[in-house]
Amino acid sequence: MTQSVTKINIVMSKKLLIFTVVMFCFGYALVPMYEKFCEVTGINNLLQPDVVDKNIKVDMSRTIAIELDANVRGMPWQFKPLQSNVKIHPGESIEVMYEIRNDSDQEISGQAIPSYSPRFLEKYMKKFECFCFTKQVLKPGEARQMPVKFVIDPQIPVDVNTVTISYTFFALQPGK
Amino acid sequence: MAVVQDVHGHHDHHPSGIMRWVMTTNHKDIGTMYLWFSFAMFMVGGFLAMGIRAELFMPGIQILEPQLFNSFTTLHGLIMVFGAIMPAFVGLANWQVPLMVGAPDMAFARMNNWSFWLLPVAGLLLISSFFVPGGAAAGGWTFYPPLSAQGGLGVDMMIFAIHILGASSIMGSINIITTILNMRAPGMTLMKMPLFVWTWLITAYLLVLVMPVLAGCVTMLLTDRHFGTTFFNAAGGGDPVLFQHIFWFFGHPEVYIMILPAFGIVSEIIPTFSRKPLFGYSSMVYATASIAILSCVVWAHHMFTVGMPAVGQLFFMYATMLIAVPTGVKVFNWTATMWRGSMTFETPMLFSIGFVFLFVIGGFSGVVCAIVPIDIQVQDTYYVIAHFHYVLVSGALFSIFGAVYYWLPKWTGHMYDTKLANLHFWLSMIFFNVAFFVQHFLGLAGMPRRIPDYSLQFADFNMISSIGAFGFGLTQLLFLYVVIKCIRGGEKAADKPWEGATTLEWTLPSPAPYHSFETPPVIK
Repeated sequence: MTQSVTKINIVMSKKLLIFTVVMFCFGYALVPMYEKFCEVTGINNLLQPDVVDKNIKVDMSRTIAIELDANVRGMPWQFKPLQSNVKIHPGESIEVMYEIRNDSDQEISGQAIPSYSPRFLEKYMKKFECFCFTKQVLKPGEARQMPVKFVIDPQIPVDVNTVTISYTFFALQPGK
Repeated sequence: MAVVQDVHGHHDHHPSGIMRWVMTTNHKDIGTMYLWFSFAMFMVGGFLAMGIRAELFMPGIQILEPQLFNSFTTLHGLIMVFGAIMPAFVGLANWQVPLMVGAPDMAFARMNNWSFWLLPVAGLLLISSFFVPGGAAAGGWTFYPPLSAQGGLGVDMMIFAIHILGASSIMGSINIITTILNMRAPGMTLMKMPLFVWTWLITAYLLVLVMPVLAGCVTMLLTDRHFGTTFFNAAGGGDPVLFQHIFWFFGHPEVYIMILPAFGIVSEIIPTFSRKPLFGYSSMVYATASIAILSCVVWAHHMFTVGMPAVGQLFFMYATMLIAVPTGVKVFNWTATMWRGSMTFETPMLFSIGFVFLFVIGGFSGVVCAIVPIDIQVQDTYYVIAHFHYVLVSGALFSIFGAVYYWLPKWTGHMYDTKLANLHFWLSMIFFNVAFFVQHFLGLAGMPRRIPDYSLQFADFNMISSIGAFGFGLTQLLFLYVVIKCIRGGEKAADKPWEGATTLEWTLPSPAPYHSFETPPVIK
């Protein structure tokens, strides 16, 4: 069949192709938009300190046992809590220490990601200082002790007696 | 705006034999190839479905190992969505859009050929991924990371197949949009276009809107897997939930891509056999457009359980329920078209009425799923499976069957075997409901999807469902037989075999000549 595609068709196909490319880029633009959205709305804010109510009441009648856990994923670091468990009252602020050591002979940066058990502990766990808010850079052989300061909201359900706070260090790509 | 295409003096010296089909730029040939390809994929996807139902026939693991079972469910979904339903609609568009707007061919005939021939490549990639080390992708048709960030070569083949299918769809859509907007016969204003053309115009716009986003999404997955990026990998600061947002930004409009052309088909068939013009033509057009627009802002109702804030859940819940309004307008319009019409019940009409009836059930279970507290309960259960098979099988697929029977006399020049075709409808109708209605109960009772085994209390319903599925699968062989029989002969079809039909294609002889509307018809 003879081709006789008119000019107007070509113009339209070009417009649609450009639109397609724009939408492809939009797919990628969703990534920073999503991150910005989460940051602004406070969803998923692993890297920001929590705002804690100054008048928070300490509930002396309850004691919660906190198990501390530390893991390293795919990097030559040693990572451990300096105390394996602590006991606190809800509403009482506490500082626990962790230690990392770089066993390799190169500078490595890593990022710690928290994980809680039970899962809903995230809602009641208010951290105002944490080594997980920033990346950690360790020179060869360097060791560092780092604090986490937090308080557990007294609103936490009464049947919770033991919780686990776990951090896992992941290697960051060089240059990040 | 309509531009007359001057297609001059071709002398039918197209190649014969296989090369006719490889080289063809004729919209009818390409439409036929699309439809056959889609039927072949329908058989492959159907085989996988039979495997799934055979495994679920009884509790325990009898036929498929869990990993293979997961590959079956994954590939069944991908092949049916991208290989069967979408190409079938594009095939119908290829055949019918030029005929219905009075154009001699599609706007870009060569690109049309390319967009078809990409499909078999993608189909082969998907099927052959079963035979590579590690097997086919097994993380569900939605391929969520982190599961899809693992997996072997099969996942990469799936990603590549999706790239190809996306490119094919985008090319097809550009073609369809240009044909509809630029090549209508003189006098055919936008608001005089048949509804099938209207729904396809809107569908094609949805396709160019969201297919590139899917392409970006699978590209990110690919670079996460092989090139050290961490879009979805928590270890590098990525977020697997981000994948779900991007995927469903594509995925929800995608389900309307699969149902809007079905709305168009039904809006052609019901007026024809009710011998009345379509009730509320312009409201149909606006309803289609509003469904398309709304479909872009409801995606997170697929993700109510990811832990989004209640405000987000509420927004997506209300937006989703809002879609029921334009959809309801459509259902009322179809019913009002039938109201006091001189109705006859030829096979296309049977499928259309079956469509309206069953699609409404699927639509209602969709509204149920939109309610956040219920959705959290039925998420990833057989209730959801039942819901989307009611809209995709008795919705999209039934409309395709209806369309094939409606236009088969025009395509082949023969009338199909009416008795067998009606039998095909009734068997499909019965077996479909046997297979899927009970899945609502299974889902409400808590049977999870994508698991090859189940606890004993689900046994009876699963056996019923499997029997229905086997019956439905076998019935489709009857469809193949009816179509082949119709192609090979049968009662000569009149140019206009349906007395109530009004659209342009019925002014052509049956079978439609290889080249049609070289002189554009004039619409008054």
